[in-house]
Amino acid sequence: MAYTKRHDGRKFDETREITAKVGVIKNADGSAYFKIGSTEAYAAVYGPRELYPSFLKDPSRGVIRCYYNMLPFSGMGERVRPGPSRRSKEISYVTEKALQPVINLEDFPNTVVDVYIELTETDAGSRCAGICAAAMALADAGIPMRDIVTAVSAGKVGKNILIDLDYSEEAIDDEPVADMPVAMLPRTKEVVLLQMDGQLSEKELADALVMVQKAIDKIANIQREALKAKFADGDRNVIGE
Amino acid sequence: MVIEMSLVNKSFKEHLNKTLGKDIRYDMRKKDAFRDIKVELGVATKAEGSCRVTMGNTVVIAGTKLSIEKPYPDRPEEGSFSVNTELLPLSSPDFESGPPSIDAIEISRVADRTLREGRAVDFKKLLITSGEKAWTIFIDVVSINDDGNLLDASELAALGALLDTKFPKVDKNGIIDYKTPGEKRLEVDSMPVLVTVCKQGSNLFVDPLRAEEEFIEGRLSIGFLDDGTICALQKGGDAPLTTEEIKAMCALAAPKAVELRKLFNKGDKGATKKKR
Repeated sequence: MAYTKRHDGRKFDETREITAKVGVIKNADGSAYFKIGSTEAYAAVYGPRELYPSFLKDPSRGVIRCYYNMLPFSGMGERVRPGPSRRSKEISYVTEKALQPVINLEDFPNTVVDVYIELTETDAGSRCAGICAAAMALADAGIPMRDIVTAVSAGKVGKNILIDLDYSEEAIDDEPVADMPVAMLPRTKEVVLLQMDGQLSEKELADALVMVQKAIDKIANIQREALKAKFADGDRNVIGE
Repeated sequence: MVIEMSLVNKSFKEHLNKTLGKDIRYDMRKKDAFRDIKVELGVATKAEGSCRVTMGNTVVIAGTKLSIEKPYPDRPEEGSFSVNTELLPLSSPDFESGPPSIDAIEISRVADRTLREGRAVDFKKLLITSGEKAWTIFIDVVSINDDGNLLDASELAALGALLDTKFPKVDKNGIIDYKTPGEKRLEVDSMPVLVTVCKQGSNLFVDPLRAEEEFIEGRLSIGFLDDGTICALQKGGDAPLTTEEIKAMCALAAPKAVELRKLFNKGDKGATKKKR
């Protein structure tokens, strides 16, 4: 049966519902919450702060470290065992590479900016949600940035290109599925993260990237509005409703 | 630098002691007062049960995951649960990545002890097939922001997550179908609640802030059942406690446990419940 209508009634180029907040973790220098559908990410930024062990220090600039982590109860299936896995290490690594191009740490030599991303609920698209939250947290921490970083996944189910697949769409097994997380700098549309599982033609890739650009603009606006809202009314940005 | 810091600490400690004597806390509370507490159930919808506890600026989330395991050989008629706490580096500049610190282990163990010895869950009701299959409940508690008293907050969140837990469906081959939420709710037989009392000089107080925890000489965490029976104890801190102090600590904590338990009552100021 061809997948011509999305199970939740969304259009092909439509993301799930998004909630974004800034300043949700009081102890952190910057923090954010980003929820898309039922994928929910918290990000906290600590730094620039002293970097240990010392041999990691860079005297010409500060360094950024990212930690992506799925909480034990965040997945649909079995408990996720705590601690880093191959998957979480790779995602942390590509997240770092996605954020690095926009931040300017030359004024903070020998220091580190630590970015912690925790997923409380996941329904696909968790690295993208993590990146959106992390970029907002960096901005909230006052780290000098060239742009915000925005991420969304695109993909293909059967013959159709879609935006922001959820888990049930990724898991369709009677039709070919491709899943492609993308992070972009919304101002220039430069791509800072690109991965893909599945199979796409060159044309499909090009079409997907066009669709991604549109979604990125929408999500970047939500991120910016959340940052502005904190300064409009700081007290409103508490965790929960 | 080291000397300077200890001088600052010493005067801060003196200040704390002096104001505590006048029943004024660092944040203007009285010694027997908890901060504002909010308890929300169903906050992580992929978990079988979940609960977020907000105590002032302290925030923790607990979630349960169920799996089917073989019962322990010496307890063939019983399932089990275990509490695990992660002090996330996201929640405090003092926490580091890596294996659980001793503080995280203590919280896990004390929360586990309170719920286990308080018989919150009847392990016999978790049995599926004698000696073969039984439910195991993993209760994971994570800190989102640490501003003190993670012990009480974590135990409360763990209890909340149990109260919110529903069994997932099991298909005819005995495989858990996590996608289909079952209707059967986990039976929670009692509501053991943990209250930690801190000692600083001759002062006793509850619900310490992070700033206060730095200067506490001793503490006693007490688990209470609904009828006031004590179901778990843990002494912490460096200072010894006298028998008189222990009695006074229990007397201070008991009514606080009743207050905390009321947070789960439905209606009025009780726990808020998200749609699932």
